[in-house]
Amino acid sequence: MRHLLSAGELDRDTALLILDTAAEMSALSERSVKKLPTLRGRTVVNLFFEDSTRTRISFELAAKRLSADVINFAAKGSSVSKGESLKDTALTLEAMGADAVVIRHWDSGAPYRLAHANWIGGSVINAGDGTHEHPTQALLDAYTMRKHLRGGQGALEGVRVGIVGDVLHSRVARSNVLLLQTLGAEVTLVAPPTLLPIGIEEWPCEVSYHIDEVLPKVDAIMMLRVQSERMKDAYFPTAREYSRLYGLGGERMKLLPEHAIVMHPGPMNRGMEISAEVADSAQAVMVEQVANGVSVRMAVLYLLLGGAKELSE
Amino acid sequence: MDSARAHDLRTVLSGDDIARATRRIAHEIVEKAKGASDLVILGIPTRGVYLAQRIAAAISEIEGVEVPVGSLDITLYRDDLRLQPPRALEPTSIPAGGIDDKTVVLVDDVLYSGRTIRAALDALNDVGRPAAVRLAVLVDRGHRELPIRPDYVGKNIPTSSTEQVFVRLSELDGTDAVEIADGAGA
Repeated sequence: MRHLLSAGELDRDTALLILDTAAEMSALSERSVKKLPTLRGRTVVNLFFEDSTRTRISFELAAKRLSADVINFAAKGSSVSKGESLKDTALTLEAMGADAVVIRHWDSGAPYRLAHANWIGGSVINAGDGTHEHPTQALLDAYTMRKHLRGGQGALEGVRVGIVGDVLHSRVARSNVLLLQTLGAEVTLVAPPTLLPIGIEEWPCEVSYHIDEVLPKVDAIMMLRVQSERMKDAYFPTAREYSRLYGLGGERMKLLPEHAIVMHPGPMNRGMEISAEVADSAQAVMVEQVANGVSVRMAVLYLLLGGAKELSE
Repeated sequence: MDSARAHDLRTVLSGDDIARATRRIAHEIVEKAKGASDLVILGIPTRGVYLAQRIAAAISEIEGVEVPVGSLDITLYRDDLRLQPPRALEPTSIPAGGIDDKTVVLVDDVLYSGRTIRAALDALNDVGRPAAVRLAVLVDRGHRELPIRPDYVGKNIPTSSTEQVFVRLSELDGTDAVEIADGAGA
């Protein structure tokens, strides 16, 4: 493995290797010295064209815990805002000796372009591209489900997962569907027809328009953020109507089995897709998802950068 | 294993020899530590962990107290990480009482270059601050590349660096034995 561009390209063994490695990495957060020497002398560049707080901080912390040097490159206020192309930015980073580039970009496919255009010699990690994919989010979600529902062992055979909300604009949903399918889980997407992408019937999952029919049958329910910044058309009449039909509130939560967990990739719109009561309940694992994100990203960085550089490609 | 069998494979320690060696090491640890209090036994994966468990069990039998035993994976501290593809990690489990102010006995199957132990000392340093660190190995085959020496040795086996030493333990391999293969073709 040289790059991590898509959750769909991970086979079962590789995905499990990442989850097992993350489990070992997670023990570090309980130690007094939260640092490993593994990536000493390697440089990781966080190249963020789109706003992000938690993903960037998570990658930064993961790289620093492995002793890599981290450079944060935000497009705002940089040469990019002066009109520099992705290629020239990449060549600059290459000249500075970046061993890995963690890229978030508003265009779907930008990480693929960066990885395959021969501009840079290092690894490329997709930290979210447009409405395409966000593989490390899917990995941390799978890690969280495995920990809660399968005792932290093996894959996710038979685990039933509901993903609710703005599937159309959600790279989190796409990456999750692909990875969960690889790990053997059964996914049901829940959304109004206007928020489902064209060709959804080809995806390896079920689709429902009614959240109340899905809730009693799942082991994990993932609420997606309503991405108003990507919504240029009227996808639903009013926010209140969306919240009433697809939001998860206290009453609706009673339909969930007791063992089920409530997930959200963040940032949450409390009162929109999820109520404060649900977000603060014992079944909600959002805070844990953030902690698991650091462990999973440490595992990915170690597996991509920790060994000898592959000479192929 | 089959390729090893094809070469000249001789047994240098039998199952009984291994049992006697681990027992003797247990006695020596207790003697030097003047008891079993404040001891923590940490095995280095993979086979060091099983040896550590055997030594801890023997100490418990001798002294009549439970000795904390765990495992310490050193993969992330290796000095040859960049020479090979990334390795899968082995479990690390530090006993609940921690290692601060304890006497830690590191246990490994074969002591060779000493680089594994160097990595283990670095790893320990990040876990806590033991009062002392000792080293127990089943086989010392020589050829040290670092200034490291064991405190407890099952058997000193002078080898040539082309030979290979195989430690087999029943927990993993179904049988207890230490064998040496002439490594000329390996």
